[in-house]
Amino acid sequence: MPLRSLGLRGVAIGYLVVILLGPLSMVFWRTFEHGFGQAWEAISAPGSVHAFELTLIIAAIAVPANTVFGVVCALAVVRGRFRGKGLVNAFVDLPLALSPVVVGLSLFLLYGRGGWFYGLFADHGIQILFALPSMVLATIFVSVPFVAREVVPTLREIGNEQEQAAHTLGASGWQTFWRITLPSIRWAVVYGVVLTTARCLGEFGAVAVVSGHVEGKTETATLRVQDLYENFNLPGAYAISLVLAAMAVIVLVTMTVIRPREEIA
Amino acid sequence: MVRLAASAAVSVAVPARERASSALSLGFVTGFLSLIVALPIAALVWASREDGASGFWDAVSSPEGVAALKLTLVMAAVVALVNAVFGTLIAWVLVRDRFRGKSLVNAVIDLPFALPTIVAGLVLVALYGPSSPVGVNVYGTRTAIALALLFVTLPFVVRTVQPVLIELDTEMEEAARSLGAREAAVFRRIVLPNILPGVLSGVTLAFARAIGEIGAVVIISGNLPYRTELSSVFVYNRIQSGDRSGAAAVAVLLLAISFVLLLAVGALRRLATRHDAAA
Repeated sequence: MPLRSLGLRGVAIGYLVVILLGPLSMVFWRTFEHGFGQAWEAISAPGSVHAFELTLIIAAIAVPANTVFGVVCALAVVRGRFRGKGLVNAFVDLPLALSPVVVGLSLFLLYGRGGWFYGLFADHGIQILFALPSMVLATIFVSVPFVAREVVPTLREIGNEQEQAAHTLGASGWQTFWRITLPSIRWAVVYGVVLTTARCLGEFGAVAVVSGHVEGKTETATLRVQDLYENFNLPGAYAISLVLAAMAVIVLVTMTVIRPREEIA
Repeated sequence: MVRLAASAAVSVAVPARERASSALSLGFVTGFLSLIVALPIAALVWASREDGASGFWDAVSSPEGVAALKLTLVMAAVVALVNAVFGTLIAWVLVRDRFRGKSLVNAVIDLPFALPTIVAGLVLVALYGPSSPVGVNVYGTRTAIALALLFVTLPFVVRTVQPVLIELDTEMEEAARSLGAREAAVFRRIVLPNILPGVLSGVTLAFARAIGEIGAVVIISGNLPYRTELSSVFVYNRIQSGDRSGAAAVAVLLLAISFVLLLAVGALRRLATRHDAAA
């Protein structure tokens, strides 16, 4: 029995090392292979700095948008009564199963030349494609599900008795939301926000289609990794990757710290 | 049943202002989803039928597109199967086994969710590419595609099976053992039926993810047409070469597959929570 369980443990950890941990350890080694100076040079190059800034700007728009949407949507789905709930659920879940390239192409066809919305913005000189707006739209699209998916089960679990009680005692809908509902779902919201942030910082496929990859203009951090790799600037690609991986580790630590609390709540 | 109970509870005289605010929030949800998700999808479907049914069929049935789609489906199926076995095994070890550093291993499982997929592709090429320190070079092969897809889909089965295993009472298993059942029989006849809906929904999610993945595979797969070009990369290349309707046709096919898989996950989820809903 102990031998058998030791074997299972060995296989499980072996698999994790081959698929996940082995490759990941490479990013540290490759980044600092040629010394710290070269890595820093790649990270602090103007193109890289701009790419990180752009990534953060996009996340700073997409994360709040999806947080507000996720909470309102979860409340509507769990507490509301309306026709077409199944359809709302389907559209919220869709980005989980849909290829980011398809997401990018959809936006490309909607806002590009010949698309339904092309004239609407082109007439006013507003550029959507190959500019920030389409990159933000693509990022919001792919990260729509996370906050809503985290909040829905928590809302179901807490029930609406406390909300009813507050309501009976004369609280307005707004007061009930801030004082009763939000405090009881806050960890689910935070957890969803963390997942959304990770997705926004790491998005590649959808943004790659709509951005146009112009260095210093429409190149995000993930796109820069690909461009540097394709231009045989491997140390640069690894250095940017290391920064992105460090962000991922921060996200992961936050997730690990939050999860137990969420289960207690 | 649930809906009846809920509506009975809510029907305690809802004042007009409440109704107005719920209409407002419903309007916001519908408007947001339409603008962000539904309209782009509609534009895609619309564009795919621009050249008529025959144009759509020509685009979908181009030899290169068919090869890419076949490869995508086969790779996704292989990756889903490997995940079914190893995901369940990892979940089992995380729940039933005890060892030092288990919480660390548990935390690491979520890493593929947190890590940008392009970084996943880059680190895989660092270990299993042309300058591999362990002497394994799979660059530009289907093995490389499988590795990349296994990396990004790792958490799905683990995270759907783990909670079921935690809830599962060990009494039944002990009873079976005390009646002389072997370990294999205990697993097959007691554990497996309980975790099966979890395994299947995790596998379906992993399959869906594998079909759409681009970031992790684009660097390591080499993207050779007919050999290592996946559908997502094929669509991407069509867009780059200006073939809008060709890209749209294959994309609509991928969209349809996603919808079917989502329906399957929904059905499995209902199956798994059937007893909760009845309560």
